[in-house]
Amino acid sequence: MKVIVAGCGKVGKTIIASMVKENHDVVAMDTNPKVVSAVNNEYDVMSLCGNATSYDDLKEAGAGGCDIFIAVTSSDELNMLACFAAKRMGAKYTVARIREAEYNKKSLVFMKEQLEISLVLNPEKLTSEALYNLLKLPSACKVETFADRRFEMIELIVRKKTPLDGVRLSEIRKKQSYKFLVCEVQRGDEVFIPNGNFLIHSGDKVGIMCEREETHRTLKTLGFLQKECKEAIILGGGKIAYYLAQKLSENHSAVKIIEKNEDKCVELCENLPSQVTVVHGNGMSQDLLSEEGIDGTDAFIALTGKDEENILISFYAISRQVPKIVCKVNTEELSAIAEKLGMDSIITPKRLVADVLVRYARALQNSMGSTVEKLYSIAGGQVEALEFIVTDKFEYSSVPLKNLKLKEDVLVAGIIRQGQTLVPGGDDYIIPGDRVVVFAKGNRIGTLSDAISERRSAENK
Amino acid sequence: MNYRMIFSTVGKVLFVEAVCFVLPFLVSLCYGEFMTMLWFGVCALIALASGFCLSFFLKPKSTAIYSKEGLITVALTWVFMSVIGALPFVMTGAVPSYIDALFETVSGFTTTGASILTEFDPGTGYLAMDKGLLFWRSFTHWIGGMGVLVFVTAISGKSSDRQIYILKAEIPGPTMDKIVPRSRDTAKILYLMYFGMTIVTFILLVCGGMSFFDGIIHALGTAGTGGFGIRVDGCASYSPFCQWVIAIFMFLFGVNFNLYYLILVGKIKDVLKSSELKLYVLLVVLATAAISINILSLYGSFGVALRHSFFQVATISSTTGFSSANFDTWPAFSKAILLFFMFTGACAGSTAGGVKLSRVMLLLKSGNRELKKVLHPRTASVVKADGKKVDESVISATGNYLAIYLACILVIFLAISVDGFNVETNFTASVSCFNNVGPGFGAVGPSGSYAGYSAFSKIVLTLGMLLGRLEIYPLLLVFIPNTWIKR
Repeated sequence: MKVIVAGCGKVGKTIIASMVKENHDVVAMDTNPKVVSAVNNEYDVMSLCGNATSYDDLKEAGAGGCDIFIAVTSSDELNMLACFAAKRMGAKYTVARIREAEYNKKSLVFMKEQLEISLVLNPEKLTSEALYNLLKLPSACKVETFADRRFEMIELIVRKKTPLDGVRLSEIRKKQSYKFLVCEVQRGDEVFIPNGNFLIHSGDKVGIMCEREETHRTLKTLGFLQKECKEAIILGGGKIAYYLAQKLSENHSAVKIIEKNEDKCVELCENLPSQVTVVHGNGMSQDLLSEEGIDGTDAFIALTGKDEENILISFYAISRQVPKIVCKVNTEELSAIAEKLGMDSIITPKRLVADVLVRYARALQNSMGSTVEKLYSIAGGQVEALEFIVTDKFEYSSVPLKNLKLKEDVLVAGIIRQGQTLVPGGDDYIIPGDRVVVFAKGNRIGTLSDAISERRSAENK
Repeated sequence: MNYRMIFSTVGKVLFVEAVCFVLPFLVSLCYGEFMTMLWFGVCALIALASGFCLSFFLKPKSTAIYSKEGLITVALTWVFMSVIGALPFVMTGAVPSYIDALFETVSGFTTTGASILTEFDPGTGYLAMDKGLLFWRSFTHWIGGMGVLVFVTAISGKSSDRQIYILKAEIPGPTMDKIVPRSRDTAKILYLMYFGMTIVTFILLVCGGMSFFDGIIHALGTAGTGGFGIRVDGCASYSPFCQWVIAIFMFLFGVNFNLYYLILVGKIKDVLKSSELKLYVLLVVLATAAISINILSLYGSFGVALRHSFFQVATISSTTGFSSANFDTWPAFSKAILLFFMFTGACAGSTAGGVKLSRVMLLLKSGNRELKKVLHPRTASVVKADGKKVDESVISATGNYLAIYLACILVIFLAISVDGFNVETNFTASVSCFNNVGPGFGAVGPSGSYAGYSAFSKIVLTLGMLLGRLEIYPLLLVFIPNTWIKR
């Protein structure tokens, strides 16, 4: 598909990178010639210097014939206008980043409809949602929801002497009555899609797929202590903090935001419900943190604008044994370093946005042969989780999974049949109408049949 | 530096070269030259083996390349390719000295067309050499014209990030504009257009009465703007129609290929707006007119004078090097105009050599701006090309390029002057080789050859041709210690 990305900032570049990886024809636009030539050198795209709202520049970029037009410049208004112009010129779908909270209320629906914007991105809101999911399951490093939130994939780090340490996967089913499936394991820099013989060590990061209602119980039996987050300290009062505080306070958690800038503090007080405490002060000061109760809090979330500050202060929080620490890091290199040093939960807003767009682009390709409904990238993009709706044409319908030979590093992780969730075992089968979640590493899978290499012959099983 | 990635790319190129050897192999087979055929087979195996060694024993750990790796890759590719490409000439015994063979091969790949061959068959007027070798000689023009790494990019299955650094270093011109988002598709489109235009040239030449073999040789030489002739009198004995076809296509191959793509997709208006094309057409028309008048007395009829004038202007401005007349005997004014074109060359992004008109234009414009600044020291002004502001860094890079360019030509001129030819010969030889034109004036004129130069001078000129084709920096980097020493 032909994709135009207007605005090559942090988010723009991440989007460009993942779109190129997805094999789309990408045209990048920016007003700064230096940025344009850097993008041209770094990625396999066509880049041009121009204003995304100018008719001539849009024409040069070929906005009239493009499939997706993505406006992620720093200005919301510019993004909306650019999308509007591109749409009128003939772009099939338009995506605008709109982050200002004022636009994200009721006016959003109106604007979206009037300007015919197909998708509105709000990285801060997306991030706050991901953060909220994390805080609900504090022992998880990452939570992804599948199939209308019926399934959850939780990434956990296996500690020493917990039930999962040193266990072969085939034994788990015999020991545990709860239905769950280990669908990916990260060990060091490597990622595995495990089979029954896989042995889990302590220190592994495992992705566990289970039904949403079972999540808490499953985690408990696996030895992950659950303490719901009732109190949280947020460092930095930006937009993410605003959305997160709103959501947490709606769910009756006590939230404290520490922000340096006095004006911002006042603004937050104005817009947030009164349960949220806004503290004006430098969050990097350890005295202040102690005073505000870092020792008793359930969660500490570092959301300042500087990655380095976030990482450092999060390590301080680790030393004060805060149960749940989440750290926002926007630079991929830094987040890798922080992860190596022992930071479990790191959140990268631009990555989230790029994932959403990749998902969106794949969904649009549906009509072009692929039947992927949704797509999630896991473990730094090394593993993809794909959701399919099984059509009548599926050739292995009603064949038990144990009789199907899946491709290497491919796993069927969840089936939903008529609203019933099913964590599949060898005796389960797939029939048309099912919704299926498949995990795949390294393979690019377009249809469900792609995942299956052959039917195992009867005598072979 | 990612040595493994560099050498694996060079290895891939050698595979391509091995496949290229198959064509002269077949030509030799057709003409029953079995010994030559055998040697081409051997050369193909050598290329295959060395390519295998480079790319399989040195599997890259990471595919990441940066600007430096891109430049070095291109330089080494061309060196390796030439070193192996010269083997058939030596092995068959057609060119006994390896240095001569290397000169001839580099002259082929860089689309120069400067030759050291002097033996013509007195009966037929053709070069006394096997058909297979003659074909290989001209085929190197075609490979080198668009660039072999561009070809590798076009056929490689996966495009990696930053591949643009390689394309940038191989496609001539101050900037490289992609015509479609992906490098691989851009390379594919370029090669398809290149291939298509070559076929058209060939068909027209054969229609014009040229023999099949001559048609292929001249189509390949025209497309790559190379200019290896196979007859003692160049193109003079072909029909006027063939001469017009060759002249027109030499001119066309000197145009930026991106413009042809724009024509293909129907954006003819944008093509007409290109200021480089306008300048190119204007210069060629003016020069043709001036030379026609200047040489009218030599040829008598205006039609003949016009034909020879246009042919020579096209051949020199596109840096091809065919000749339809011995322009060495022309008046000084005509020769001066031709010398001027040896420097400028044609458009960026074409198969032609030289400084490129887009650079000339930028320099003139920035010179004009300096002049204005002298008159009105406080004026603020920008240099524009095609209605867009040109970045200051591009202007200063162009100025610096010209400085290094002139320095290189002068050094080569000094070095080859040892051999005792006159100044005109030495100067035009160095200019002609560096700009990938081919013939110069005097002893290296259209009827002469480079055979008289000493081995040392030939090596210097060989390096000069490579420097000129790759636009200096890639090859120069190879010779700079800082490139290789880690600090």
